[in-house]
Amino acid sequence: MNPVRTATVSSVSAAPRELAVHVENLTKIYGSGNTEVIAVKNASFSVARGEVVALLGPSGSGKSTLLTAVGLINPPTSGRITIAGEAVMDGPRALVELRAFRRHHLGFVFQKANLIPFLTARQNVQVALEINDVAPRAARQRAGELLDHLGLGDRLNSLPFMLSGGQQQRVAIARALANRPGLILADEPTAALDGHLGRQVMTLFHDIAHEQRAGVIVVTHDPRSLDLFDRILEMEDGLLHARDH
Amino acid sequence: MNLAVQDIRHNGGRFALTAAGIGLLLMIVLGMGGIYAGLVHEATLLIERLDADLWVVQHATRGPFAEISRVPANLAPRLEAVPGVATARRFVSHTVQRERAGQPWRFAVQGLDWPGDRGQTLPLVAGRSLGQAHFELIADQSLGLPLGERVRLGQDTYTVVGLTRGMTSSAGDPLTFFTLRDAQSVQFDLPGEAIRLERAARRARAGAIDLGLQQPALLERAGNAAAGLPALAPPSVSAILVTVAPGADATAVARIIAGWPDVSVYSKAEQRDLLLRGSVDRARRQIGLFRAVLVLVSAIIMSLIIYTLTLDKAHDIAMLKLIGARNRVIVGLILQQALVLGAVGYAIAWTLGQWIFPVFPRLVLITPPDLLLLAGIVLLISVAASGLGIWKALRIQPNIVLS
Repeated sequence: MNPVRTATVSSVSAAPRELAVHVENLTKIYGSGNTEVIAVKNASFSVARGEVVALLGPSGSGKSTLLTAVGLINPPTSGRITIAGEAVMDGPRALVELRAFRRHHLGFVFQKANLIPFLTARQNVQVALEINDVAPRAARQRAGELLDHLGLGDRLNSLPFMLSGGQQQRVAIARALANRPGLILADEPTAALDGHLGRQVMTLFHDIAHEQRAGVIVVTHDPRSLDLFDRILEMEDGLLHARDH
Repeated sequence: MNLAVQDIRHNGGRFALTAAGIGLLLMIVLGMGGIYAGLVHEATLLIERLDADLWVVQHATRGPFAEISRVPANLAPRLEAVPGVATARRFVSHTVQRERAGQPWRFAVQGLDWPGDRGQTLPLVAGRSLGQAHFELIADQSLGLPLGERVRLGQDTYTVVGLTRGMTSSAGDPLTFFTLRDAQSVQFDLPGEAIRLERAARRARAGAIDLGLQQPALLERAGNAAAGLPALAPPSVSAILVTVAPGADATAVARIIAGWPDVSVYSKAEQRDLLLRGSVDRARRQIGLFRAVLVLVSAIIMSLIIYTLTLDKAHDIAMLKLIGARNRVIVGLILQQALVLGAVGYAIAWTLGQWIFPVFPRLVLITPPDLLLLAGIVLLISVAASGLGIWKALRIQPNIVLS
């Protein structure tokens, strides 16, 4: 096992590079008084564009809480989040219109593909583009190209239930990539896939990050694909550590 | 890409069933409106068709459609003598119930003042108007009598010579048209024994007074037919229908007749108003209120359907929010589905109504204004019904995608 660095303030490994996200002293506390739980404590880290970072840790360590806070879904109790050079959260206070910001700058992939069941593979990607004001014809074309790039060119008109788990996850990745976000957040995207497919998906993240110059943070339990990551962060009891890779 | 349409296409079966349910509900709303309109139409139909300018009826009564009205038959020539009166027709109206093929057989008898009135203004769909003074009738199709059918009523047999369509009384009974004399024969049909007993009683009354005892001829006559006794008036009629001469002022004519102490006079509009505010009024209000309740029930049911459809999509809505969908995308999804449901339901209601309403026992009259009104109601219901779903959708948090 790789040795764990104990510094809670993380490694910003790419100082001269453009940052996809910068997090300073992020703390998330659930409940209050006797029921108070500190899910994340003073986490600070940065991810550069084009960098793929793994976020490891046991269940309940605060990985998903940190990821959803960075994804502007779950506001932190304190701390500051800067995405694409723009300060977006100062503690629980939003500094921008969060939904619009997510639309433009963030891409999400989850353990379940969360595809909209009444839309075809192409439409699931197309909807993300149309939401971002891309004209329907252009959105349809880009959705087709993205899915083709991800090896789903022959499944464009398939509904989610017609696709395998791996194919569904690739559609979800295409949807996350559709608007060329600067930061992609993935929460255990390979948990429902077998080892071979899991590695394929992780490889995809690696390639995308480098091709599209997007920062990628992947929460994972899967140790078999760690070689694909540029950097590994680890969480334990709400504390964030950088781990040698 | 229209998310509402995609969702509907994907869940076509469920959507079709839901729309069918809403359609049936809306058909009932439409039907209640049609029954309401039909009631008014049937109530005023005869007044419109008889086309009299003035109705002269028994003093202090509201006319034959509201209560019993009896005026002497010889009122007609009196009225014809009034300046400005073109014609005065005697009119008889009463309802008859008989047995036919073991079933109750009910219809309204209208007496036409032969030979001036032969029913030539009636909308015949087959046959002809009355061609002789006795033993012919014109019947509405809904009575089920074919042309040429012979019907025994009282002592006489009548032949169906003409058929109308949609001519019913305010109670929904098919209308039949006879000459006035025949209508009275049907109305005052008495068994032979009753006539004999009445003649015997009349003779006994005459024999009990001096005049009868001193005049044997009078005593003998008292035992004969009533029509042969000048002391006895001919049977009364229900009303006299007055047509005002061209150029004459109907109000001025009515004012003259209103001065007579033995009759009351109403214009056509007043007679129609009396009918609608009288015998039809409660039924009309009852149906109106019931319709209002139905509209409310439809709105509640549609709200619950849209709310349930929204709950079913809660995860998808959360995902759309997570990837940054604006509220108008979410609102559009729900509102458009509600509108499509309403529109399809409306179309189903209208289509089913075309098939089902004609077989109802009473007229269900669907008029263009009523269809437009229902369309407006459906639009309002759809928008209002989507309110609950939209309220729920806007409160869905994107992080439920993670749950």
